Amino acid sequence: MLKCFSIIAGERSESRDNKMRVKDFGVISSLSEKYDKETSLQLFKRMCTIRYFEQGVIESVQAKYIDYLVYLSSGQEAIAAAMSIALQEFMIFAQHRCHGTYLAFGGNPEKLRDELLGLSTGTSRGRAGSNCIQCHENDVMMFGHHGLIGENVPLGVGAALGSNRPVVCFFGDGAAEEDYVFAAMGFAVTHKLPVIFVCEDNNLSILTKVAVRRSWSITEVAKSLGMPAVDIADDPWTILKTAEQFKNMLPAFINIYTCRANWHAGVGVDGPPEWDRLGMVRKELKKIGLSKQSEKIEKKIIAEMEKLWDKKQLQKLLRK
Amino acid sequence: MGQKTVAETIKEITRKHLTENNGLILGECLTAVGWVNNTVPDCKGIVELPMTDVAGAGIAVGTALVGRRPIFVIRFQDFLILNGSPLIFFAAKTKELHGKSAPIFVRAIASDGLGPVHSGVLHSIFMHFPGFIVCSPMTPNEYREIWKTYMKNDDPMICSEHRFSYHNTEELCDITVENAHITLYAISCTRFEAVKAVEALRIEGIRCNLVNILWLKPFNITRRLIQPLKESKLGLVVDPGHEIAGAARSIAFELNLATGCSVRAIGLEDRTKCLCPPHKNMAPNAEVICKTVKKMLRKGE
Repeated sequence: MLKCFSIIAGERSESRDNKMRVKDFGVISSLSEKYDKETSLQLFKRMCTIRYFEQGVIESVQAKYIDYLVYLSSGQEAIAAAMSIALQEFMIFAQHRCHGTYLAFGGNPEKLRDELLGLSTGTSRGRAGSNCIQCHENDVMMFGHHGLIGENVPLGVGAALGSNRPVVCFFGDGAAEEDYVFAAMGFAVTHKLPVIFVCEDNNLSILTKVAVRRSWSITEVAKSLGMPAVDIADDPWTILKTAEQFKNMLPAFINIYTCRANWHAGVGVDGPPEWDRLGMVRKELKKIGLSKQSEKIEKKIIAEMEKLWDKKQLQKLLRK
Repeated sequence: MGQKTVAETIKEITRKHLTENNGLILGECLTAVGWVNNTVPDCKGIVELPMTDVAGAGIAVGTALVGRRPIFVIRFQDFLILNGSPLIFFAAKTKELHGKSAPIFVRAIASDGLGPVHSGVLHSIFMHFPGFIVCSPMTPNEYREIWKTYMKNDDPMICSEHRFSYHNTEELCDITVENAHITLYAISCTRFEAVKAVEALRIEGIRCNLVNILWLKPFNITRRLIQPLKESKLGLVVDPGHEIAGAARSIAFELNLATGCSVRAIGLEDRTKCLCPPHKNMAPNAEVICKTVKKMLRKGE
């Protein structure tokens, strides 16, 4: 009987998920034209920084300069890029897939590279590695978690309680299932805390899909707790707009459908992602007449990241 | 007006922290009946957490990250099993990993005789993980001492309290006698029983030193701790927690290493604490301590 129920629940959920989990779900059309050029190009720049920084990570893992599991943000760049523009004064409580968050919010790429290489010049003197990056400089206050997914959510809520400063908590669709995550969300509602909860919903817990794991929606849970909540796809302009609106009505929750490009941990791939947002943004910029500027930005970042991850330089750094 | 009790001391320290240091106290049902055995003052800075163990601890650690030096109250130490993860995996690690500390003062309250999940003494678990200071004050002055230490440092502190100490007004001094047969080391509530045991054994002609253990981790080997053992050549560590892989065995091992003397350990038997009298599995009392000492002496250890 129980098995039967579970299948039915799964089917319902699968159907809902299929309907909503598309690249344009909740996307506000022509929004790119409403933002100024600088903002659109800044979004693209931050996305490129993440993508090409991580290209260097991938090659360094393949060449064994980095010899442990890394958690890549590639494919999900639009979320960090847009949130970092919308939520500049926020304290950040990142998830394990946090390279993108760090880079978009203004973390120094060189320090992140050094952290990944285990060097004392890294963000945490080479002790943290890939999945718990922190940043406490250049007006950025970024914490993470140490491997218990969603642990950063109660921490962020507590930080908001203790400081009354606004906080953004990033977590994945798997962490959304941790009981302490929605207990903390509920606490934020009770105490009217300035926290924005952002679920980076790549549909995968390692490789197990949301529909297999649960029949309920975290967005509906957030709504039932009494906070504004919405599902959207990872179009950066839509994320930006939504975050700008929601940051005035905190606490609030945004579930963002996105696509992880690589394995849960490691640099491998399981096939092409459902969509490639970076490519879509590139096209959109062309559509609004920003192709020259965006090409220039992309080339510049590629060159910077190639320099950052230059193999001779890595050998030298690791020999020290 | 006489000496303050431990409970009054905790309340006084807490009030000062909340009203003068911008501190916070967080916990479940803090302002319910008894205000946690009359240890919580009625003033600003009290945060009533919902019944969300794990999340509650995470929220408390979050307030530590922004400098509020929270006091986090665990009404029964057994609940540390749920509340432990943000403490162990985040608060205790963050300083070593990132150089950013999360100074949180955990009032972990132990009891005895209250059944399977309200009688636990779990400080051993926190001794096991790196990053914590672990202590177990049983007197007013000890509480003041550990609080000062907490405020001077930036490490998370597990303060293993015991309800049996709350009415205590007396300081517990070490006892050293000439030609002692054995040195007892007592932890938490067993310290009160150890005093009784020393007296009972004295009447029977067995001379005991008694050394009080306040700091469980770091456990610094000092002259005060080992000199009595070096003289008696035989030691016994007593703890109210489970004996296997517990504080008593760990400390007995340290003492043995430091002196080469034979040191045994007693704690709870390896069975669940139950509510009904025949199955309570209580912390070692004076009678048990006396029996153990006599057995050790008979064996000529």
